[in-house]
Amino acid sequence: MGELRAYAALGAAQIRSATAYRTSFLIELFGNMGATVFDVLTVLVLFRATPALGGFSLAEAMLIAGLSAAGFTLADFTVGNVDHLKSLVRAGTLDAVLVRPLGALPQLLLMDLPVRKALRVVFGFTVLVLAVAANDIDWTPARALLLVVAPVAAAVFFGSIFVSSASLAFWWVDSGEVGAAFTYGGRDFTSYPMSVFGGWFRGLFAYALGFAFVAYQPALALLGVPDPLGLPAWSGFLSPLVAFAAAAFAAGVWRAGIRHYRSTGS
Amino acid sequence: MIEMRELRKDFTVRVKAGRLRRAKRTVSAVDGVSLSIGRGEMVGYIGPNGAGKSTTLKMLTGVLTPSSGHVSVCGLTPVPQRTRLALRIGVVFGQRSQLWWDLPLRESFRLLRHIYRVPAAEHAARLRRCRSLLDLDAFLDTPVRQLSLGQRMRGELTAALLHGPEVLFLDEPTIGLDVVSKQAVRSFLAELGGSGDVTLVLTTHDLADIERLCERLVVIDHGRVVHDGSIEALHERYGSRRSIVADLAEPLPDGFELPGTKLAGVTANGHRVTFVLESSTAGAAVAGLVAAVDVRDLSLLEPDIEDVVARLYSATDAP
Repeated sequence: MGELRAYAALGAAQIRSATAYRTSFLIELFGNMGATVFDVLTVLVLFRATPALGGFSLAEAMLIAGLSAAGFTLADFTVGNVDHLKSLVRAGTLDAVLVRPLGALPQLLLMDLPVRKALRVVFGFTVLVLAVAANDIDWTPARALLLVVAPVAAAVFFGSIFVSSASLAFWWVDSGEVGAAFTYGGRDFTSYPMSVFGGWFRGLFAYALGFAFVAYQPALALLGVPDPLGLPAWSGFLSPLVAFAAAAFAAGVWRAGIRHYRSTGS
Repeated sequence: MIEMRELRKDFTVRVKAGRLRRAKRTVSAVDGVSLSIGRGEMVGYIGPNGAGKSTTLKMLTGVLTPSSGHVSVCGLTPVPQRTRLALRIGVVFGQRSQLWWDLPLRESFRLLRHIYRVPAAEHAARLRRCRSLLDLDAFLDTPVRQLSLGQRMRGELTAALLHGPEVLFLDEPTIGLDVVSKQAVRSFLAELGGSGDVTLVLTTHDLADIERLCERLVVIDHGRVVHDGSIEALHERYGSRRSIVADLAEPLPDGFELPGTKLAGVTANGHRVTFVLESSTAGAAVAGLVAAVDVRDLSLLEPDIEDVVARLYSATDAP
């Protein structure tokens, strides 16, 4: 209980710090929206050229993109700043975090909560809501539940990728933007129907790494459309399990990383 | 309070060996340190740059995982029990801030109260004490980024003490401070250590910190303890002695000998002489000197710790 209040106090302090520079805060708040808007526009533009993509209509594809955007923006808002880990590791300033009586990861996230990314989350969920409205979904209790669970599971999945790829910095200080290939690359990948990808690439990312279960399979389950790639209808409901596995993996990588932390001389 | 047995920390470094090849090399930053520090002790931990001081401190606070050996602080093992330990120790890293850069100092202290779950009354009492001892009132409402280094360091000390730690680790607490701020920090630490409740371990390059504060001195070099004991014991061991400097009315007669001392220097045309005390006491030597020659002025010099430590570092420098 005391710990939760401590985390709450940390988060509140971060918001106050961010708003200490008011103008820059506002510029960043709106500037940040741009990036996410373009991702969704890309999907719309694609459909100007073709009426169907990988066997899906515009509305159906938007549902996939919406689930992906909602999950990703939520993860980016809450966990995305774990990316700063590499500068903390490089400068050795992670020390200050590690001598406090709180978990290192929650502290890192709260100390740098990117309030400016808040509008992106609103945008991500707006796309999802519009996409749901545009499709003629045959609502059942299971599907309603899935609509609530899927974006959260997607956020957990993306969050796990953020944490795992940021943890690379513990072993490899110059990890640079390698992590971005998985985080932003993963978001782009999950915005499209898996049927547009081919061969080993799809096998690896969609199924071995689980990206198919972030937006694509849940979208199929919501729509009641059979998977052109042959997975059963219930596979969309696997998304929380896949997210859980990803989170367990990320936690393991993080713990190993903290133990491997070398700090710097001073 | 603190136990270390055969504590080691090895780092693997990759060194360039040709255009693309990298050779792996293992470097022991801390190479088998065993120490035991009791409650209320004030220990100075010194050594040249890269000797392993900070690495040891970081293993004691749970920041770094030891490569091997045993370490316990307050009866806890720092790495798996890091957060529990953090509630019972205070840490000041001279070059790493614990404060919130953009918030007023007062706000940082309020946040730390939540983070360490300190009851409001205790927190207020400790803050009051620090405010008066460290003169914080003038800048309590200033954002940390606008504080001078000396002010910030006083803030850092307060921040490390508000939860009433049993052990306080200070990594170069006076680095970069001006003389006045150094004095303020030292008197504060002396006052704190004098109470006997807090165990204090500090690393420093400024030996005046040690002379002022610590009865016990641990010297580390190349990851190993090369001295552990009082400052007097260090002088004893490295043969640094007190000396008598005398100004004479007449030049010192040739062949003059003062029993139990060694003539170390004659300057100013034989008018100023220096005797190093060997077996004689200072009193006996002064009496002997005054009886033999006409002494105008006289002073007794304590050995210089800087000299001793410089000799100690260079003595162990051979790889």
